[in-house]
Amino acid sequence: MDEKKTPLLDELEKGPWPSFVTEMKKAAATNEGAKDLLHMLEKSYEDKLGHWKHGGIVGVKGYGGGVVGRYCDLPEDFPNIKEFHTIRVNQPAGFFYTADKLRELADVWDKYGSGLYNMHGSTGDAILLGTTTANLQPCVDELSEIGFDLGGSGGALRTLSSCVGQARCEKACIDSTGIMHDLTMHYQNEMHRPSWPYKFKIKISACANDCCAASARSDLAVIGTWRDTLKIDMEAVREYVGKGFKIDKLIRKCPTEALEWDAEKQELNVNGEDCVRCMHCINVMPKAISIGSERGATLLVGGKAPVVKGAMIGWVLVPFIKMEAPYTELKDVVDKLTDWWADRAKNRERISELIGRMGLANFLADVGLKPLPQMVHAPRSNPYISWTAEEVNKNG
Amino acid sequence: MAKTDFGPPDFREMIPPVIKENYGNWKYHTVPRPGVLKHVSHTGAVMHSVRVASPRLVSSDFIRNISDIAEKYCDGFLRFTTRNNVEFLVSDESQLQPLIAELDEKNYLIGGVGLSISNVVHTQGWIHCKSAVTDASGITKGIMDDMADYFTGKIKVPARLRIAVACCVNMCGACHCSDISIVGIHRTIPIINHELASKICEVPTTVASCPTGAIRPNPKEKSILINGEKCMMCGNCTAVCPAIKIMDPVNDGVSIWVGGKVSNARTAPMFSRLAIPFISNNPPRWPEVTDAVKHLVEVWAANARDGERMGEWIGRIGWEKFFKITDLPFTDKHIDDFTHATTTFRSTTQFKF
Repeated sequence: MDEKKTPLLDELEKGPWPSFVTEMKKAAATNEGAKDLLHMLEKSYEDKLGHWKHGGIVGVKGYGGGVVGRYCDLPEDFPNIKEFHTIRVNQPAGFFYTADKLRELADVWDKYGSGLYNMHGSTGDAILLGTTTANLQPCVDELSEIGFDLGGSGGALRTLSSCVGQARCEKACIDSTGIMHDLTMHYQNEMHRPSWPYKFKIKISACANDCCAASARSDLAVIGTWRDTLKIDMEAVREYVGKGFKIDKLIRKCPTEALEWDAEKQELNVNGEDCVRCMHCINVMPKAISIGSERGATLLVGGKAPVVKGAMIGWVLVPFIKMEAPYTELKDVVDKLTDWWADRAKNRERISELIGRMGLANFLADVGLKPLPQMVHAPRSNPYISWTAEEVNKNG
Repeated sequence: MAKTDFGPPDFREMIPPVIKENYGNWKYHTVPRPGVLKHVSHTGAVMHSVRVASPRLVSSDFIRNISDIAEKYCDGFLRFTTRNNVEFLVSDESQLQPLIAELDEKNYLIGGVGLSISNVVHTQGWIHCKSAVTDASGITKGIMDDMADYFTGKIKVPARLRIAVACCVNMCGACHCSDISIVGIHRTIPIINHELASKICEVPTTVASCPTGAIRPNPKEKSILINGEKCMMCGNCTAVCPAIKIMDPVNDGVSIWVGGKVSNARTAPMFSRLAIPFISNNPPRWPEVTDAVKHLVEVWAANARDGERMGEWIGRIGWEKFFKITDLPFTDKHIDDFTHATTTFRSTTQFKF
């Protein structure tokens, strides 16, 4: 057979940015699956149409998820990707690897799969991109021998994700990688055996900069914060100012006007009660301003992408929670939320949609949380207040 | 049988000694040159991280190459970032320049730190997803070829700018909260294969899947019916019933959204909002999309104040001015008609002409 050409994809090997097409070609040089994938993608570029079919259930022993079935709709043209399933490999917290560990992963995947990866998928897993049904079990068996377990899929706890946290960030208020690893180990059953109405995601960012986008894309976002006052190193502030740092601009950007600069005394003061811990001043003056000492996390519930009822950014659920191993209080919240949701949700209904349907106040009552002003932008502006029978005088 | 439920490798076994020793004790960091972070601990210990671009879709070759480099200069320690970059973790400062020299020589792009345009968070696309309306990798490559100088720090920007690409409205990744996001959309209502539906469609589940109540049972054909006036082309029904098809190569394409952020710094997190309702798929390089992104970046960079993210800039000048100075038309498509529509209608006489 003549070597098929890929003129459209070849265009994407030009330019300064590293090319995924070059990567596909490297894999295709030694792997028939990767070769068919490359050529089917060329066809998609011609047709302006994907060629993957609807789902198809595949699995490995002992697990209800972690592998995702993929079948192409042109099996006769591309027989080597007739079955081309995804394996979701749970990434180490903070995406830390050693060269040896990565090589071991590549050895297994070269043996059983396409030699192509997403490092990493949107949720966080290391995605092994394409293998046959027959190869799934032996591949997963060998992955387990080198210490890699599967991630979540379907109506399950999805693979957790975190920022780099205390491993390499001075702004980290909590041990985001440690929490991620602890929760992942604790909730192995919930991750591997889908038993919920839809996905449930937990992500952990160690400060309000939210580097892993927890509030936008996780049903439960854990965001590090503090509840005393940020710390100012006055000598370091003066050093910044001496070198031409525009302190007026810093003051102006503070969202609650909690910072004051005394030009005469060369003193930067913060009104701790008014500070909303947005991180801006710490971000721009990292040597002079640092996070407070009484550290913990804010929990937000309900972040998600549009499907089904619209995108959400997580809502404040617990303004402050201590974050010390073994994170019993956090796990208690996770259990309450997932139990409440799993009992009531419709198929493919995320927790924020369910809260929207049932009412935030009802949800809070059910899970035993006290309503707090931190949970809302503003109180209700309509008079349609609900009262329970116990709250009114039945004889009135 | 293989062991199960043992979880991911413990990251604590894959961090360099300098991190182990200074875990939770970092004092500050600086950016000595674009793409390089220097972290200093309270003990005075120092670690450098060198960040390079990755296409995210990588081969075993790529994995082995970065592993070899990490072994040579970093005692084998490396990590990936939440935006798909690779970071080499340098404990021995004398290895920093040789590492950078080798990365330069091998054409790795060093950058993506601080006031730059970092790597794109994107989805799977035609490469491996059943619901892809477009190809995220191709669009990303096109955009980042244009943005490479912003990544490497050759061109400065007023603030961070985060770009995301999603192949459909499922928006895997935080597309709905990015400074600029590109989202694949459908414009035509799904087509039902009634014969197939009569065999495999779970009718109640499919009816329930529709967020606008546009689907009802069709007992005559043991299938379903879709009310085209109610359908908003979200594709959710196609995820639950394989007899429904929504792909339309002629009419599918992408939309461009701006002004989202997840960080709480200064201002609260924001959703991305519609800027350009539709651009046709034009592979392999999607020039209309990459030009639009370039235009948005350039107008923002020329007009925003220092430290102002896209959404903060628009918040200050107002959307009416945004459409004016970007020269983008404001149309009926820009007015929300879904769940939270009324919260977006202007209820003040404060606006600009």
